[in-house]
Amino acid sequence: MAASHQHHTVSQGAGLLYGMPAVLILCLLLIVLYTAAAYDSSRRYRRWPMYRTLLWTLGVLAAGSAVGGPIAYRSHDMFTAHMAGHLLLGMLAPLLMVWSAPVTLLLRTLSVSASRGVTQFLKSRYIVFISHPVTASFLNVGGLWILYSTDLFALMHEHLWIQVLVHVHVFFSGYLFTASIIYIDPVSHRFSYKLRIIVLLMALAWHGILAKHLVGSPPAGVPANEALDGSMLMYYGGDVVHAILITLLCYHWYRSTRPRAAATDISRTVT
Amino acid sequence: MADSKMHDDKPDVLKRNMLSGILFGVGLVAFLDEMVFHQLLHWHHFYDQSTTEAGLVSDGFFHAFSWLATIGGLFLFADLRRRNIFQRQAWWGAVLLGSGLFQLYDGTIQHKWMRIHQIRYVENVGVYDWIWNLTAAGLIIVGAVLVLRSRRLHQSRGER
Repeated sequence: MAASHQHHTVSQGAGLLYGMPAVLILCLLLIVLYTAAAYDSSRRYRRWPMYRTLLWTLGVLAAGSAVGGPIAYRSHDMFTAHMAGHLLLGMLAPLLMVWSAPVTLLLRTLSVSASRGVTQFLKSRYIVFISHPVTASFLNVGGLWILYSTDLFALMHEHLWIQVLVHVHVFFSGYLFTASIIYIDPVSHRFSYKLRIIVLLMALAWHGILAKHLVGSPPAGVPANEALDGSMLMYYGGDVVHAILITLLCYHWYRSTRPRAAATDISRTVT
Repeated sequence: MADSKMHDDKPDVLKRNMLSGILFGVGLVAFLDEMVFHQLLHWHHFYDQSTTEAGLVSDGFFHAFSWLATIGGLFLFADLRRRNIFQRQAWWGAVLLGSGLFQLYDGTIQHKWMRIHQIRYVENVGVYDWIWNLTAAGLIIVGAVLVLRSRRLHQSRGER
């Protein structure tokens, strides 16, 4: 129907921007920059852990594979591929990248005055506002609700610039949300575990509700059987990322409530 | 004597064991439900056309909660062990209690009222419903008995 015509014109337009070379160069650049900073930081201060560089690399590749390459190519005419892209770009990549502590690395690499500038920026009212767990989850899950239940999904496949904006929003809101729930990098205001757990629960629930809601009322142009497959991928694929997120949050809680006797024991063995 | 400092943390110990056990129980039964009835037997369906909107919301919240409960319950369990306040009987009782409560909720409110999905798509689904809900009631009773027995045991020890 109209949808297939729509998709056809799109995949050609999308090919221009999301062609492999551009995405590949950007990914390589990000990985090289992080690795160089990690190397520099290891030489000047304490050793920067290798696994963080690995996490960053995997995160960048996950994001890159969602916007360039076969998944990105198929996502214009196949809802399941679109959803795989969403999982990679909006959930897995942000998790891996937050976990790799890029802000800490940046602060360690920059000069004192430059890193003071970065800290000032991170403390600005705008950043503090959007990185509140509640704001961040509205931006993240709320954005998805708008994408799938309004005409935005159809518009995204007609206009390239809307598609780029949607992708940028999906990634950054995913990053913001992850960083507002688990604290790896320095945070200006730390919220309690209780608040973060409740917000996380709400966000996960509405993500699952949206996934099943898509079966009954799929976005315009998505056939019913594809909507079901995409929905199941969103529901169960989301579970995997959520489980990692919950485990990290619980682990941080577990570490923070360590009984005092054990705490001194461990600090003794470490130093 | 009743308010002695020594006994102040006693109810807290039981509460912590209960919280860990109930959470893990809810998570465990949700996990078994997903694995056995959705994935292995294919009795349960991912989506049923007659699901109410309230059913979708309830399913979403319980699904999210079950992950949090499983993982959080296990971390709380590790915390009990670390503090040497793990009470085996109370904990297992709470696991059964949590499992039973969730299964009863699932079997009555979610399956019957919100019509998320049926246990099995057959004519005599009533039989399945009865077995499901009676099992849930059984789990609740055995769980409660274990918790109460454990509490009495620890109380009598505490008084000595």
